[in-house]
Amino acid sequence: MKRTTLDLWVGFFVAIGLAALVFLALKVGNLTESSHGPSYTLQASFGNIGGLKVRAPVKSAGVVVGRVASIRFDPQNYVAVVTMDMDARYQFPVDTFATINTSGLLGEQYIGLEVGGDTEMLKPGAMIKKTQDAVVLEKLISQFMYNKASDAPSK
Amino acid sequence: MLDAILGSFARLGFRVTSRIQRLGNASRFLLATLLGSGTAWRRFSLIVRELYYSGVLSLIIILVSGLFVGMVLGLQGYDTLQRYGSSSALGVLVALSLVRELGPVVAALLFASRAGSAITAEIGLMRATEQLSAMEMMAVDPVARVVAPRFWAGVISMPLLAALFSAIGIFGGYLIGVVLIGVDEGSFWSQMQAAVDFRLDIVNGFIKSFVFGVIVSWIAVFEGFHAAPSAEGVSAATTRTVVTSALAILAADFILTAFMFTGA
Repeated sequence: MKRTTLDLWVGFFVAIGLAALVFLALKVGNLTESSHGPSYTLQASFGNIGGLKVRAPVKSAGVVVGRVASIRFDPQNYVAVVTMDMDARYQFPVDTFATINTSGLLGEQYIGLEVGGDTEMLKPGAMIKKTQDAVVLEKLISQFMYNKASDAPSK
Repeated sequence: MLDAILGSFARLGFRVTSRIQRLGNASRFLLATLLGSGTAWRRFSLIVRELYYSGVLSLIIILVSGLFVGMVLGLQGYDTLQRYGSSSALGVLVALSLVRELGPVVAALLFASRAGSAITAEIGLMRATEQLSAMEMMAVDPVARVVAPRFWAGVISMPLLAALFSAIGIFGGYLIGVVLIGVDEGSFWSQMQAAVDFRLDIVNGFIKSFVFGVIVSWIAVFEGFHAAPSAEGVSAATTRTVVTSALAILAADFILTAFMFTGA
């Protein structure tokens, strides 16, 4: 086979191989979003984080505004401290309410931010005061059963 | 009685020590290949020629198999997922299984049987027809001239082929899931993009395919170079290349997966 034809085919092969890698990185892996621009951190402590994982989304009004950066246990107060990387384009008031929600019945868990009315904004590194723990299904069921039992007419 | 038992132990011991010796030989051969690859990289046209034979000629089988594997994943995945009412997660299922496991592993198995066997047969025939000895007589190092370019061509083409396999497989899953069955196109791509992580999934898949490329090329050139110089020897070496590569790929895949995808 002639040298130039060989080079042409190999060049073609390498080019489409690299194109496949770029496709995987951009279209499948969505590299563009994961390496987002400037960010700042916020913290929030929860009594129970349920199944929350690192890199879980932080959403406000359903829009992803940040990601969970780390989760650690605070041995003084016996609570879980969640650090979030927030998109620097979005600021939140100091009385923002952080909840742990589940998307769908069996979906992944995420942190939802419900915005308050304060005019003062949260500083980078600040702690969100008002939080609500993850819903534990067993507790919910036992509460329901307990209420049902107390509602039942006593004989 | 005692002799028979001792004899069986001795046979077992012989087999184990000879395997270990062969592994040692293979490692020394790999080292010699790496040390002798300076020539191959300086005369890059040697590698380009082998890239054509092991990479470009494997394109058809990789693309067609990838497309069909993706389409089967689309069908089977949809059948299972719709029972739980989560058929919109089809994109996640197809993409994760291809990028993490099937892409690197199946592409490597195909590569071993398509290109690895060809490399072994070619080098083995050079050995049988004493072309390698002739090179040595002319003071040309056959490891640098024959083995190293084939080894590096395999190492380079394997990750590219695995990426192509995954990409065309996802396209096949898209064809079946979205175009044929009618899963929502938006949720197919967006759930996939939300679930597939660049560092954890795509880079790890790339590392896997690179490791498989080294394993397959290493086994292929070693078996070819050390084939018995006869027609039977070449055929036995070719068979050994395919069998050993397949076992080594699957074993290495388990070990790599255990390190990559646990704990996180």
